[in-house]
Amino acid sequence: MDERVKNILASFRGHRSEIIPILQAVQHEFGYLPEQEMKEIAKFLRVPESQVYGVATFYAQFYFTPRGKHEIKVCLGTACHVRGANKILDALERELGICCGETTSDALFSLEKVACVGSCALAPVVMIDDNVYGRLETKKVKEVLGKYA
Amino acid sequence: MHEAFVSLRAEAIRKWEERQQSTIPRILVGSATCGCATGALDVITAIEQKLQETGIKAHIQQVGCIGMCYAEVLVDIIKPGRPRISYKNMTPETVAELLEDYLLNDNPRPDLALAVIGEGEVEGIPNLADEPVFKSQQRIVLKNCGHIDPESIEDYMAQDGYMGLVKALQMQPQEIVDIVTKSELRGRGGAGFPAGRKWNSCLRAAGDQKYVICNADEGDPGAFMDRSVQEGDPHALIEGMTIAGYAIGASKGYIYVRAEYPLAVVRLKKAIEQAKEKNLLGENILGSGFSFDLEIFQGAGAFVCGESTALVMSIEGKRGMPRPLPRPRTTEAGLWNKPTLLNNVKTFAYVPQIIHKGADWFTSTGTEGCRGTAVFALTGKIKRSGLIEVPMGIELGKIIHEIGGGVLNDRKFKAVQTGGPSGGCLPESKLNLPVDFDTLVEAGSMMGSGGMVVLDETTCMVDVARYFLQFTLEESCGQCVPCRLGTLQMLEILNEICAGKGREGDIELLVELGKSIIASSICGLGKSAPNPVLSTINYFRDEYEAHIKDRACPALVCKDLIKYSIDVEKCSGCGLCRKNCPTEAITGGKKEPHVIDQVKCTKCGICYDVCPDRFRAVACFTGKEKAAV
Ligand code: FES
Repeated sequence: MDERVKNILASFRGHRSEIIPILQAVQHEFGYLPEQEMKEIAKFLRVPESQVYGVATFYAQFYFTPRGKHEIKVCLGTACHVRGANKILDALERELGICCGETTSDALFSLEKVACVGSCALAPVVMIDDNVYGRLETKKVKEVLGKYA
Repeated sequence: MHEAFVSLRAEAIRKWEERQQSTIPRILVGSATCGCATGALDVITAIEQKLQETGIKAHIQQVGCIGMCYAEVLVDIIKPGRPRISYKNMTPETVAELLEDYLLNDNPRPDLALAVIGEGEVEGIPNLADEPVFKSQQRIVLKNCGHIDPESIEDYMAQDGYMGLVKALQMQPQEIVDIVTKSELRGRGGAGFPAGRKWNSCLRAAGDQKYVICNADEGDPGAFMDRSVQEGDPHALIEGMTIAGYAIGASKGYIYVRAEYPLAVVRLKKAIEQAKEKNLLGENILGSGFSFDLEIFQGAGAFVCGESTALVMSIEGKRGMPRPLPRPRTTEAGLWNKPTLLNNVKTFAYVPQIIHKGADWFTSTGTEGCRGTAVFALTGKIKRSGLIEVPMGIELGKIIHEIGGGVLNDRKFKAVQTGGPSGGCLPESKLNLPVDFDTLVEAGSMMGSGGMVVLDETTCMVDVARYFLQFTLEESCGQCVPCRLGTLQMLEILNEICAGKGREGDIELLVELGKSIIASSICGLGKSAPNPVLSTINYFRDEYEAHIKDRACPALVCKDLIKYSIDVEKCSGCGLCRKNCPTEAITGGKKEPHVIDQVKCTKCGICYDVCPDRFRAVACFTGKEKAAV
């Protein structure tokens, strides 16, 4: 077993109610939920793998393929929607050459949409990793991406 | 009162007072999520640098969000013997200038100031309490936000924090529940269920183990009230939950926080630690024999988990699927089938003050049937967007025109959306309505947890309805057919309408579908999903008809119904649009009128945005005019 999973699992009791926190911890470490690790989690909790997948696929937060180094979340919440979030998303897709939900071929960026990051007063908003960029304009998209290149 | 608490409180107040009397200036920087998003951290660095350069001595302190997000980054300066002045839209450059002028040369720079906060006068700067944005506000839940350091329990205690808990611990559980009942507090999660009734039924429920859960899974897109409370005043929530635990006889509580709120989690964790350290949480609280433990559970991104039974499933480590009726109430069999009290962040945050100041104090605000205040996240096409708290019963129009300062860019008001994906849109003619739980429902919308999005003439109502439906469809847990497939049917019809393929009878079909989904879905998500469609049809039917009959989108939003074109008379051939067009659809030589190739055009609207105001050569057409160009 990968040392990293071992360490994560060691901090839990093995009760099946811990499934979501465990998935979160594993994803935090690996950036996504690798197949092998999913198996380990099921074994650890003594539940069928299907159950672990059942929970993981229900929640939007979990990914099953590797993600880019930086995660871009375009807010398409109501406030952002009415202030032109779609234009920002279009601009990002064009700039990165990928569609929403994909990762760039150099694995630098993943593009994702979310419904509200809670900074609605600054709409439209984009979140890159843990940084929030508010009052965005299509013209500024390039500049913001430049900070991460 | 408990001795240890008395000395803790005295110490906290002493420190607070001492700081007020400070002989060196204090600088407060709003650094909640909004502040950080607009560059608060850069501003702080600039302040530190300037202080070092000039050798000025000053305290820098980070505070939560005061709610005036439109004016972020906000920096407040308190010079000894001077009132607190709040400065708006600070950047590293302007803040450096300000420090130099005000701290070195005693010029308070009225041109950069927003207002004076609290007592005192400064020439040329208005007092916040007299400003339209604040005049009609009344702060109960938000009273500490932006005033105290959210990471300091002592700051909270100096503002009467934990006084409610101390008082509660000397009462019988039933007495506490009676006060909550008498205060007529209604749950702030959206539906407005009387909190006292819930608490009572939980107190009465038999069970060796009971739970208190705070629903902080603020999922409505376009709402951030609960985030601000958690980030700006986390102890109020913790104190409220602890009181609830004592009142119903629970020893364990969970705060279910949204995955998207990393800062809220950090602040809550810190606050829980501090409260435990001071024995205001944990084992044998203040020697009362009552123990209460709090745990943070991070949601994993599922809107449906705002439903009580789904949220409980999620904590149990399952897929968050609401349980169908008939089922026992959560208050009797909730988490692990034990009696569970589940309330929203704001509901809990009111409790400490209600216990401390009494039920009558609370009922003195608001209206008959809806006591206290309402907190809204005012956003969308509004001049002063931000977080506001107003007495229940205030006129809807007052919020938008007085507090919000009216529609952005002085465009025409079209509608205000409340209640998120479960709510509806209200037109101008409804702006005289008083804001409370029941009136808004009657008008076809709802209070919801507090999102209030202003829409103007450039917003297409059909598109907004489609937007919400798309959202609920994606978030449906999928277990019941009306919600899973019914919303899909509605969405397909709306997509056709927006694409200019609407048919006669579509509107009636939407209404019929909507009504049956409401009647037959299992949980609140499905039961309210058609609301945005029904309310827009009700108030903005003409827009639907324009899409269907005239193939026109009056707000110029629906891409299939619009067309951009360049006016040869007005175009000076500056080439800006050509350079910015992402699909190379625009051609034209230097100083010559440009043309758009309609086949290549994706209608992104960039040419329209970049065309300089002095030319305004790009125009957008729809309907008959579109056919003519
Ligand atoms: S709607 Fe975009 S941050 Fe809330």
